[in-house]
Amino acid sequence: MTELICIVCPKGCHLKVDEEKDFAVTGNGCPRGAEYGKKELTNPTRVITSTVRVEGGAIRRASVKTSSDIPKGKIFEAMRLLDNVTLQAPVHMGDIVVHDILGLGVDFVATKNVPPRT
Amino acid sequence: MNGCYDVIVIGGGPAGLAAALEARRTGAARVLILERNNELGGILNQCIHNGFGLHYFKEELTGPEYAGRFIAELEGSGIDVLLGAMVLDFNDGKTLHVMSRSHGYQELHAKAVVLCMGCRERTRGAIAIPGDRPAGVFTAGAAQLYMNIEGYMVGKRVVILGSGDIGLIMARRMTLEGAKVLACVELMPYSNGLNRNIVQCLNDYNIPLYLSHTIVDIRGDKRVEQVVVAEVGPDRNPIPGTEMVFDCDTVLLSVGLIPENELSRKAGVQIDRRTNGPVVYENMETSLPGVFACGNVVHVHDLVDFVTAESQRAGRAAALYAQNGEPQGPCVEVRNGRAVNYTVPQHIRTGNVEKFVEIFFRVNNVYRNRVIRISSGGKVLASFKREHMAPGEMEKVAFPKALFPQIADGEITVSVEEEEAQ
Amino acid sequence: MVDVVIVGGGICGCSLLYELSRYDVQAVLLEKENDVSVGTTKANSAIVHAGYDPHPGTKMARYNVEGNALVKELCEKLDVPYQQIGSLVLAFDEEQDALVRELCARGEKNGVPGLRVLSATELQELEPNVSREATSALLAPTAGIVSPWELAIALAETAVKNGARVELNSEVTSIEKTEGGFRVTAGGRVTETRFVVNAAGVWSDRVNDMANPHAFTVSPNRGEYYLLDKSSGDLVHHVIFQCPSKVGKGVLVSPTVHGNLIVGPNAEDAEKGDLGTTAAGLAFVRQAAARSVPAVNFRDSIRNFAGLRALTEIDDFIVGETEQKGFFNIAGIKSPGLTSAPAIARDVVRMLGEAGLPLREKDSFCDERHVVRIRHLSHEERAKKMAENPLYGQIVCRCETITEGEIVDALHSPLPPCSIDGVKRRCGSGMGRCQGGFCGPRVQEIIARELGVPQQDVMQDRAGTAVILGETKKGGRAE
Repeated sequence: MTELICIVCPKGCHLKVDEEKDFAVTGNGCPRGAEYGKKELTNPTRVITSTVRVEGGAIRRASVKTSSDIPKGKIFEAMRLLDNVTLQAPVHMGDIVVHDILGLGVDFVATKNVPPRT
Repeated sequence: MNGCYDVIVIGGGPAGLAAALEARRTGAARVLILERNNELGGILNQCIHNGFGLHYFKEELTGPEYAGRFIAELEGSGIDVLLGAMVLDFNDGKTLHVMSRSHGYQELHAKAVVLCMGCRERTRGAIAIPGDRPAGVFTAGAAQLYMNIEGYMVGKRVVILGSGDIGLIMARRMTLEGAKVLACVELMPYSNGLNRNIVQCLNDYNIPLYLSHTIVDIRGDKRVEQVVVAEVGPDRNPIPGTEMVFDCDTVLLSVGLIPENELSRKAGVQIDRRTNGPVVYENMETSLPGVFACGNVVHVHDLVDFVTAESQRAGRAAALYAQNGEPQGPCVEVRNGRAVNYTVPQHIRTGNVEKFVEIFFRVNNVYRNRVIRISSGGKVLASFKREHMAPGEMEKVAFPKALFPQIADGEITVSVEEEEAQ
Repeated sequence: MVDVVIVGGGICGCSLLYELSRYDVQAVLLEKENDVSVGTTKANSAIVHAGYDPHPGTKMARYNVEGNALVKELCEKLDVPYQQIGSLVLAFDEEQDALVRELCARGEKNGVPGLRVLSATELQELEPNVSREATSALLAPTAGIVSPWELAIALAETAVKNGARVELNSEVTSIEKTEGGFRVTAGGRVTETRFVVNAAGVWSDRVNDMANPHAFTVSPNRGEYYLLDKSSGDLVHHVIFQCPSKVGKGVLVSPTVHGNLIVGPNAEDAEKGDLGTTAAGLAFVRQAAARSVPAVNFRDSIRNFAGLRALTEIDDFIVGETEQKGFFNIAGIKSPGLTSAPAIARDVVRMLGEAGLPLREKDSFCDERHVVRIRHLSHEERAKKMAENPLYGQIVCRCETITEGEIVDALHSPLPPCSIDGVKRRCGSGMGRCQGGFCGPRVQEIIARELGVPQQDVMQDRAGTAVILGETKKGGRAE
């Protein structure tokens, strides 16, 4: 039995995951918690957020996120892909910044509109 | 821009955006948002992490995305926006003295005003950390602005004082960008941040959390060179002999947020000394008729989704006030009982409630398996079970209107009790 | 070859530079830091003392009373925040009642106008928040409060406007006697001068020793302070002192010209450059202050700081020419140094004249200065200023209502700042309750833009006080 705090939403349910019973989850407030509990013990993943450089924009950086969660062990490797990215303004929310991160089928996408500098 | 409005909203962060949109939807013809920055969205712009919107949009968004949804809605809504605008003061006649780069100095008039100025962070000076005064001591939010908006690194080896959410989020942010976060130090025996943030910001990156510890000395001539951390006893005073020295170049402070009510105070709005925010009615109206308040200027929220919901109530009420004037009728006082630090609202005009009134509060310690009780005249009117409660999390109960006839002496008390007591 | 080199850009050095700039004299001020007024001048009680405290016949007594009137005059002329709010010295027992009467008599001997001993009742009427345990008090109506760093900056700026020079980042490393005067090496550059005036504050013993036999040692004594939010700023309306003792004038509680409440200092021996605060020192200040004004709410604290008193073994100021002719000291300037500085400066100019410096007044001495402070203007005046320059409509510091226009003005003044705190000293940005959390990055950006330097080269304060350590997304990683 492993005790976890659910991170699916800010509520932070206190989960109990039973490894003996095919990772059965109790203490979850919603089905997503059950899914999280199992995944956290078998293949933990996270959504990563950061920024990239923007040229010619009203601000110097555009915020980005992974379009879906990626394995915890790949976080720093994925971050390095952003080091040398420079976008040109305008940037639109949802623009793909890095396609198919590390072959995971997940993209880095912009999470902010950056209009051109006026 | 003509100077007369139905509703003027002061602040274009999450609270102001939701309040303005809802005021407009409720029928206010002329609505204006005054925002002191040059961009709408407020603090959400620098909160680039995800976790916003699960309640309101039923999906997980980053801060800029959450703000972006409302900003997109503004377009074509007919709501006026003035950026780079600072309200110097306003009076109960609702004349606002405003200055901005684009329009210079202006006097604007409103039938209703909504205060959405948000909050600010407590600083080193507020908690009087002794030691040298080198560069490299930041509030977590200031570091977040440098890092997420401007793209600057403010430190390479970091100690964080306080385990508020912004501090936890910044621990992860700085780690991801290549800094080494040596410790997160919390004075209290529990964290003031959300549990999920301790898991995914500290535990994920093996950053130690020292509960019941504090910084007793900051050393450094030009830039921070060392901090000294010591354990504190139950009286919160450092215990001699427990000192640990960390070699670091940066200290981030996440030691609390204070609603920013200088403008409200100047205008004569009554302030609750528990929340540091305006005393409000069920519809978020303050002690000044026609002046409403919502979001972190009223009380510090844990989730922006709740700010949105509260601000929609305020915006709607402001529009109705502009149309119909002040709601009348009997008023119930909400008292703080055992373990309850404050409540919002503090007053309920019963005639102004449709089906139920939501009461928000925070508890004074970590509790497991308790019951939130609403009582009046020695009688329990409603009970709500909770498995887990903590000061870092805002609590909410919905008190049904059907129970209002049982209220005695015009007051109800919200308290947290042992389950057995039921 | 210049006429006079002044070592040190504190209130004394800046006052002297200003006084010298009235004359056809080539004067250069050498300051080791990147701005003037950054030593003891920026970290003290900010009081313009009336002059009842120093013993009659001392230099301190004379300069204090003269300086009290001069500071007021200079602040009016040069647009420096100053208020003549008067001071009260509280007595808590019969022994202190006697001391208060003695201070009154001493002050009258020193020529301090308007002194009066108040009864406990009169005191309560005047200051209802002062402790009811106070038994009597000395009222000194000529005492005032001032912004010390703004006074020093105003004096230096006015001097520069009138042709004097200020060389920053110029730490004096040697002073050699030459035939016609001295050869001063500072920041790697050499200046030949006829006269040297040492106004180097806590370092003045070392500067003296560069050209003279050792004559005195500065043993710094540190005082720690609380600065409280403006919501506490009207708790009292006078400078509230306790009875002075051997170590100093004790812990005071006073409004500041910026609308805050200042509380402090304690007195502890310290090393040069040791400006740290301590838990014990701050606790002492809290306890001592509560004795005079029990209602001080330290939860309103927005900042703590410490300053160093330049104490020497001589219980008076050291002002005058040394054995080495042409070399003058302004040293050991402890309290009431801020008040005395303009009077000392005038006296040193006289001494320089007697030592052979020709003092011919300039025809075109510009003796005025005007600063736009949007927060102090009426609505009509604001509207006018914003119409003239839209930057006066752009708020940068929300706590103190400081606009971009004011910051840009400072950055193009005769002695422009180069750091965030340099702007703060001139404009007041970042002085408020958020302590620059919101405006610091914005101020830094404006400095970078106006001075044409990369933003990360703009320091918090002194050289080396970097705020930004690099950029994200450069491929670099911490070791």
